[in-house]
This record gives sequence, C-alpha cells and structure tokens, in this order.
Amino acid sequence: MTAVKRVAYFVGLPVVLVAMWWALTLGPVNFYVPTPQKLGETFIKVWGGERFRTDFLPSVIRLFIGLVATIILGIVFGALIGSFRWLRSLTEPVLEFFRAIPPPVLVPLFMLLMGPTDQMRIAVIVSGSIWPVLLNTVEGVRAVDEVLMNTSRTYRIDGFARLRYLVLPAAMPQIMTGIRQSLSIGLILMVISEMFGASSGLGFTIVLFQRGFAIPEMWSGIVVLGLIGIALSLISKAAESKVLRWYRGLKEVQRDS
Amino acid sequence: MSRKRVAGPALGATGILLFLLVWEAIPRLGLVQERFLPPASKVLVTLIDYFGQAAFWRDVGETMLAWTIGLGVSIVAAVVLGLVIGSSSFLSKATYTTVEFLRPIPSVALIPLAVLLFGVKIESSLFLVIYASFWQVLLQVLYGVADVDPVADNTARSYGLGAVARARYVVWPTVLPYLMTGIRLASAVALILAITAELVIGSPGLGYQIALTQSGGAVPEMYALIVATGMIGILINFGMRLLEKRLLAWHSSVRSEVVA
Repeated sequence: MTAVKRVAYFVGLPVVLVAMWWALTLGPVNFYVPTPQKLGETFIKVWGGERFRTDFLPSVIRLFIGLVATIILGIVFGALIGSFRWLRSLTEPVLEFFRAIPPPVLVPLFMLLMGPTDQMRIAVIVSGSIWPVLLNTVEGVRAVDEVLMNTSRTYRIDGFARLRYLVLPAAMPQIMTGIRQSLSIGLILMVISEMFGASSGLGFTIVLFQRGFAIPEMWSGIVVLGLIGIALSLISKAAESKVLRWYRGLKEVQRDS
Repeated sequence: MSRKRVAGPALGATGILLFLLVWEAIPRLGLVQERFLPPASKVLVTLIDYFGQAAFWRDVGETMLAWTIGLGVSIVAAVVLGLVIGSSSFLSKATYTTVEFLRPIPSVALIPLAVLLFGVKIESSLFLVIYASFWQVLLQVLYGVADVDPVADNTARSYGLGAVARARYVVWPTVLPYLMTGIRLASAVALILAITAELVIGSPGLGYQIALTQSGGAVPEMYALIVATGMIGILINFGMRLLEKRLLAWHSSVRSEVVA
C-alpha cells in the first residue's frame, strides 16, 4: 500500500463525517448541534483560558493519583492473594461480589462517608477501578508456569527475588489487561464523582453548561472528555508494547516455529 | 484431589462469613459510627424487607428493562455492522481510525447530551447503555471476523458456497466465541451505565432510589440497595457464563474444561 493510500484510509472517513456534520448544520441554526467552526471557537475560548487551570487540571490530577494508587494497590494485594492458595479461596467470593457491584453506586456511599472532598473522589476512583487490576493479578500470579516455579524453588530463589524476577513478569500480560480495563472505569468515575456535589472539575463544569443551556460549551466539554479517553488509551497502548515487548516477541517465535 | 475440591467452596463460605462478621463488628465496637456504616445484620434485614416490597421490584424491573433493551439493540447493531465492516477489507481499513477514536470516549461524557435530548426518561438510560456496550461487542466481532481461517473460507468458495452460506457456516462459528466474550463484557458495562444514568440523571430505577436514600439519610436502605445491585451484577455474570457454556459447548475452549 502506498503512503498516499494509507493516509487516505487514515483520514478519509473522519473527513467525510466532519464534512457531513458541517453540511447538515449549514442551514437554519440547530439548537442542539453547533457547527464545527462554532465548536472549535468555543473549545479554544472555554478550555484555553482560566478553566484549564481551575477545572481541567484538578480533574486530571485526581484521575492520575487515583489510577496510580489503583495500580499499586491492585498489584500488591493481587500478588499477595494470588500467592497463597488458601487466601485465594477465602477471599474469592467476596472479591467477586465487590467486582459485581456497579462502581458508580459507590459514589453516594463515599459522599456519605467522606463528604465532597478530593479524597472522596480519589477513593471513588480507586474503589471502582481496582477490581480488574486485582483480579487479573491474582489470575496471572496463579497461572505462573509450574515448571518455572519449581525450578526457581530448587535454586532457592524465593521471597522478593522470586516475586521480582519470576512471578510479576509472568503475570504481566494479565496485569496489563486489567490495567487497561481499569483506566476507562477510572475516567468514568472521575466524571461521575464530580457530577455529585462538586464545585470544580470537568464533570461539574459540563453539567453546569448543560443546565444553563450553553450548548456549544457543553459539546466542547464532551470533546475534552473524549480527548482524555483517547489519550489514556494511547498511553496504555504505548506502555503495554514497552512492558510486554518480550512477551510479544516470544509469541511470534512460538508461532513461527 | 477430592479434599481440595471440598476445601475451596468451604473456605469461600468462611471468607464471606468473616467479611460479614468484620462488617458487623466495626459499627458495633464504635470504630465507625452507625449512621455511616450500619452493621451487616441491619443491612441484610433491610434488604430482605425490600424483597417483600412491590416498589423495589418495580425499580429492579425499570433497571433491567433499560439493561435488556439497551444490550439487545447494541448487540444486534454491533453484529450487523461488525460482519459488514469485517468482511470487507476496504471498509475495515476505512473505519479503523473512526472506531479507534470514538471507542475510548467515556459514555458518561454523553450524560448531559442525553439529558438535553431525552430528559428524565428511560431513553436517556438507553442512549448511554447502547453507546457504551456497542463498542465492546463491535470490537470483538471485528476481531472474530479477522480470525476466520482463510483456508476454510477459500475451501467454501471453491465448493461454491454463496455469501450467505459462507457467513452462516464459516464466519459465524468463528465469530461466535468472540461475540460471546463481547456480550459478556457488554452485559457488565450495560448494567453499570443503566444504574449510572438513573443515579446521575434521575430516570426511574434502582440507581435513582440509591440517590434518594442517600440524600434522605436512609443509610441502611442505601447499603441494602447497593448490595442488591451487586447481586444483580453477580446474577448477570453467572447467567452470561452459563449462556456461553451452552452456546459454545462444541468449542474447544469449553470442551477442554469438561475433559479436564
């Protein structure tokens, strides 16, 4: 495929869609859907100025702290639970139950326990997004190759060294799957936690615009959330290909042979 | 061997008991005030009380209605589009960027739009549920179609099978396991979104009741409803696994489990 063709495939449909959007909003002014041009102007006006510092940054920082805490706690507890058979059997039903609870229902709960604070929002993010990481880590640690495990035992590699050089790398593909799932849950919870009794943040601002019928502004907020979602998925893809390069390589070798 | 098999569930039950005991003890010992965390017994009694109320089941019904319709619509749409896009290399290349761009947009970002368009009605929940679960299914169908064995496809072609017959006998069996994974993921997401919509927008259902109990300070009721949503989540999960086992009984991923 030539480069021109590839570019055409890459931007073709998006260009067509934007053109359709533009053509459809050309006529009489549509109350619900702004023209692309208007949306672009509003986007720069709203998010280029003060709001970037007062709403965008706090939200993103909360999300970042929440996700980092999620990943660390999820892997630590997951590795712990996955390493002991009895602990796994003991905790499994309870953990499955917690995972089955739709995370947003925990927002009112944390509101009650902690009030509308930053800590509450971070707690909400962690409490909802930790389950995929935790349970995938448990699964990954449990499924470590038996032969490798026995080999390292024979060589008396145990404790931290075994965890660092055998268990965690072996579980990494699973853990990364869990992390990818929890990123999107974290973003959802960030928005919802701000829609409840917040005074700043992206979720709060978007609802504010919607209640005030500031339609182009509301759309610009949706675009911001979409961009964050896309950025997260790109970051996780990049991290995954870096962390799991050995794994992909291994798979390819196995497939070729 | 048989001892191990007995030990797993027994330990699990012990785990649940321990969890309930700790939950019971924390407010009883005054570590956390009862108005923030009522003891487990009180919550369970409230929950059982709920089971006897027609209003509770009506709310469950509202939530499950949004879940069912939303999931159904998104599955049908995603399967049709996925098969069409997946079987044409032109379409799958042309739609790649658009799909990758639209997929990560968090569906909660659309909440204000849903309120604006539909107001406090079930349509708002449906809008969010469909958007969120559509991508889960679509992606899996696309993976599935891409996984069709070219030799099998060419063989079917040589034997003169038409497009419809090939879709039925070659593509569909390959796609089905992927599709079931997609449906399982989507069914969880759909529940999350159905309840979120009720919680945030206020369309009728369990989520709305949770918001009401929270603002009304009815703490044991709030906990009971949260536990109820967890139970629904578990039931859905369980049902989906059962369905998967049934529909894929012929597939090696399920068959090997039976052998082992």
